[in-house]
Amino acid sequence: MINVSTAVPNDNLIVERQSSILVKGRQRKNQLKCDAESIAGCVSQRACVYCGARVVLNPVTDAIHLVHGPIGCASYTWDIRGSLSSGSELYRNSFSTDLKENDVIFGGEKKLARAIDELVEKYKAELVFVYSTCVVGVIGDDLEAVCKAAAQKHGIQVIPVQSSGFIGNKSAGYRAACDALLRLIEPPGGPRPLNNGRLVKSVNYLGDFNLAGEAWIIKDYLKRIGVEVNVVFTGDSNYRDLKKAPEASLNIMQCAGSMAYLARRMEVLYGIPSMRISFLGLEDTAASLRRIAAFFDDPEMMRRAEELIEQETAAVRPEIERYREKLSGKKAAIYVGGGFKAISLIKQFREIGIDVVMVGTQTGREEEYQTLHDISDDGTVILDDANPSELERFMIEQGAHLLVGGVKERPLAYKLGVAFIDHNHDRKHPLSGYVGAVNFAREVYSTVCSPVWKYARDVGGGLYAAGNKALPER
Amino acid sequence: MLDCTPKKIIKRTGGMINPAKTCQPIGAMYAALGIHNCLPHSHGSQGCCAYHRSHLTRHFREPVMATTSSFTEGASVFGGGGNLKTAIKNVFAIYDPDIMAVHTTCLSETIGDDIPTIIKGAEVPEGKLVIHANTPSYQGSHITGFSNMVKGMVAYLAEATTDEKKEQVNIIPGFVNPGDMREIKRLAGKMGIRFIMFPDTSGVLDSPMTGKFEMFPAGGAKVEDIRDSGNSKLTIALGYYASSDAAHLLERNCRVPAITLKTPIGIKATDELLMTLRSKFVQEIPYELEEERGQLVDVITDNHHHFYGKKVALFGDPDILTGLTEFVLSLGMRPVHVLTGTPSGTLGGPQGIFEKEIKEMLAAAGLEGRVKAAGDLFELHQWIKNEPVDLLMGNTYGKYIARAEDLPFVRVGFPILDRGVHPYMPIVGYRGAMRLVEMISSALLDRQDRDAADEDFELVM
Ligand code: SF4
Ligand code: SF4
Repeated sequence: MINVSTAVPNDNLIVERQSSILVKGRQRKNQLKCDAESIAGCVSQRACVYCGARVVLNPVTDAIHLVHGPIGCASYTWDIRGSLSSGSELYRNSFSTDLKENDVIFGGEKKLARAIDELVEKYKAELVFVYSTCVVGVIGDDLEAVCKAAAQKHGIQVIPVQSSGFIGNKSAGYRAACDALLRLIEPPGGPRPLNNGRLVKSVNYLGDFNLAGEAWIIKDYLKRIGVEVNVVFTGDSNYRDLKKAPEASLNIMQCAGSMAYLARRMEVLYGIPSMRISFLGLEDTAASLRRIAAFFDDPEMMRRAEELIEQETAAVRPEIERYREKLSGKKAAIYVGGGFKAISLIKQFREIGIDVVMVGTQTGREEEYQTLHDISDDGTVILDDANPSELERFMIEQGAHLLVGGVKERPLAYKLGVAFIDHNHDRKHPLSGYVGAVNFAREVYSTVCSPVWKYARDVGGGLYAAGNKALPER
Repeated sequence: MLDCTPKKIIKRTGGMINPAKTCQPIGAMYAALGIHNCLPHSHGSQGCCAYHRSHLTRHFREPVMATTSSFTEGASVFGGGGNLKTAIKNVFAIYDPDIMAVHTTCLSETIGDDIPTIIKGAEVPEGKLVIHANTPSYQGSHITGFSNMVKGMVAYLAEATTDEKKEQVNIIPGFVNPGDMREIKRLAGKMGIRFIMFPDTSGVLDSPMTGKFEMFPAGGAKVEDIRDSGNSKLTIALGYYASSDAAHLLERNCRVPAITLKTPIGIKATDELLMTLRSKFVQEIPYELEEERGQLVDVITDNHHHFYGKKVALFGDPDILTGLTEFVLSLGMRPVHVLTGTPSGTLGGPQGIFEKEIKEMLAAAGLEGRVKAAGDLFELHQWIKNEPVDLLMGNTYGKYIARAEDLPFVRVGFPILDRGVHPYMPIVGYRGAMRLVEMISSALLDRQDRDAADEDFELVM
């Protein structure tokens, strides 16, 4: 195990947390404890199984997403993800069985059955996802049986999602969602490799939730090089398209944290190989397009990929260069959900001249931390499942100008006088592909160089004097 | 098409579509943040806590600190006692608050953890406090949770230590924004009365930018003040649903008489608050407040033709709605739909008060309207389709209805996730009422400008 005294000074850190933090260059790698459960009594930034499952399935636009549980779990997830739809908007409503005391005592199965009946009649949907929450896990409602009966009654698919919060963290929810998707796409008669040998130029695009329309951008790139996107998991997807999933020749995977399991299962069941790609930043986008073309081993496709890369890069280069000049030398801290995204972000920051001085994830896995360690500069702080005090401390110690994070981290950064961009549900512009690279640079620039920081420093007077003196001048 | 709501109303029995409420623990967490140096603690799985913090953060745009017992499968089978004890130890060792406010979640309630016993068996450092509230979300709403946590404050902290009651008033503000709490304090301060407000999230969830992250910002009700509330001459509970239970408990425990008033939205409710303060503390209402009231009446007079007779649909939390309904009626508007997601009546208390009170107000104004507690926004939307309105007022979630029906929309209440600044600005008191008048008329007039044909487009309105 890691020798804490050489890692970081341990005042203020919870003893059990010390093995979840390391500084590059001061320890042998492979020492970070991750994927562990959070400690009781911590201000954890982590979410639950239901949250993970909902995040993955929510963009299925024409499904009824019914949360079986007390009202809160449904209230908090009502349309909070910016996943865009080109068709149905049904997924943007919030459906809950709103369990009451009696239901908790006597069981909620009947109420669930009634809720499904009423909703199906109202919305004529072909697909219902029923999410279980903690309470349902404890009172032991038989979701399978209720869903099966409802499916038969209405002649549609009603799929239970086993997402009781306490059975694990967000990653377990990703897996529960993938299981639900696997049930959905299973062809009648059971799984069999469908595309044996045929190499149709069609891919499934896994792990893009079409936030701010990102999947549309990537679909367009792929189309231009001659690849059809069969279906996206799950951005802007729908019942019928998902059903066709076994027909693709390749699964390309952006967010592996949520989708690796689904990809593995589809490889076993349908013989579809998978490839990790990333469309974040110029470097990764180009590399990904090349690898896809190489997979199909098609010279024409490779030529078109090179053409696209050249054109698009040329189109955005000058603007990115302008931002790079303004931003070079600034320092960034990263705290995001998955490890793969963190890796891409480090590269993307390099493209705009920014050094990453702290990087952490909620649910990164061991091999991802390995990579993070490999590509980080010496002195970079790497941490798993951080709490706000740790984030604060390392941002200040490392002199970060900018934090990349999610909703809970934004006000924390602002209070410190640190700029912020959302790389999570609340993003407002697409951050994928070439367009996304420019948006990213522009967003970073507009927050890091906002005039407000000047006032924070100058006018705060007595208040500010007590504050973050460690921050470098802007 | 975002509008998925059919016009035809059919009876439903299988739960909620587009809820107009959320769960108890978030209310308890919000209340607990209104104690100085307090760390709220969610006893359940980490998901609930993450959601509550995110939701509060989206509304207030401030960091929201709370810890969780991080239940796992083991805890859900064998009970969460061990988790809570570890949590209590860790919280004081690491974050060192003065006080920790534990609330339960659906999960720990269903398992049946006995919180007081667990707390008794925990290592609480000398001079530190742990209080708790039971907040099962399969009862009530976030408002119930707020009320329960305030009750917890009284139960654990308030003490009657003096023979004679002190010349001071307790004010329980209800589930309102820090900007509202500041305004209520300003009014009481101008009256020259010593007061204790709890909970008080001003200075916590509207704290200044200093360049430093404060785990425990400067604001919040001090523990010693909440203790001293047992010695006050009077408790004013603002809002029946969020505040009166705690006031009555204080009456029972410490013999401090309790009065429940409406959340002071609008002229009448603000008058009632000030008159109550005056009658109990024999003070004059200072000229400044008289002046503010006069200005408000002036503003309403100057602008009444903009909103008079307009039909409005209101939804949100019951205490806010009671005040708001009274106020829009006094503006000559017609609140034809009034809906809250919170069930009417408190547990064990009288039922149906919300509907009754609003219906009486409508009847007194010679109006008929649909009024409902424990409703959802799907239903409100159906009502509006069947009887259209000129204006919608409520929290962020109203934007779907406003868009589908092309209605002007004024955001009030909790949560507001798509606009900023509002937590700093009051809707209570005369100033708050003035702000409401401005918001309402601007929404209506902006719409009139947008829709006006060239020849009807006017400069002076
Ligand atoms: S389980 Fe209960 S406490 Fe937790 S979010 Fe759901 S409704 Fe709220
Ligand atoms: S109850 Fe369970 S499923 Fe619901 S939010 Fe809490 S942790 Fe998640």
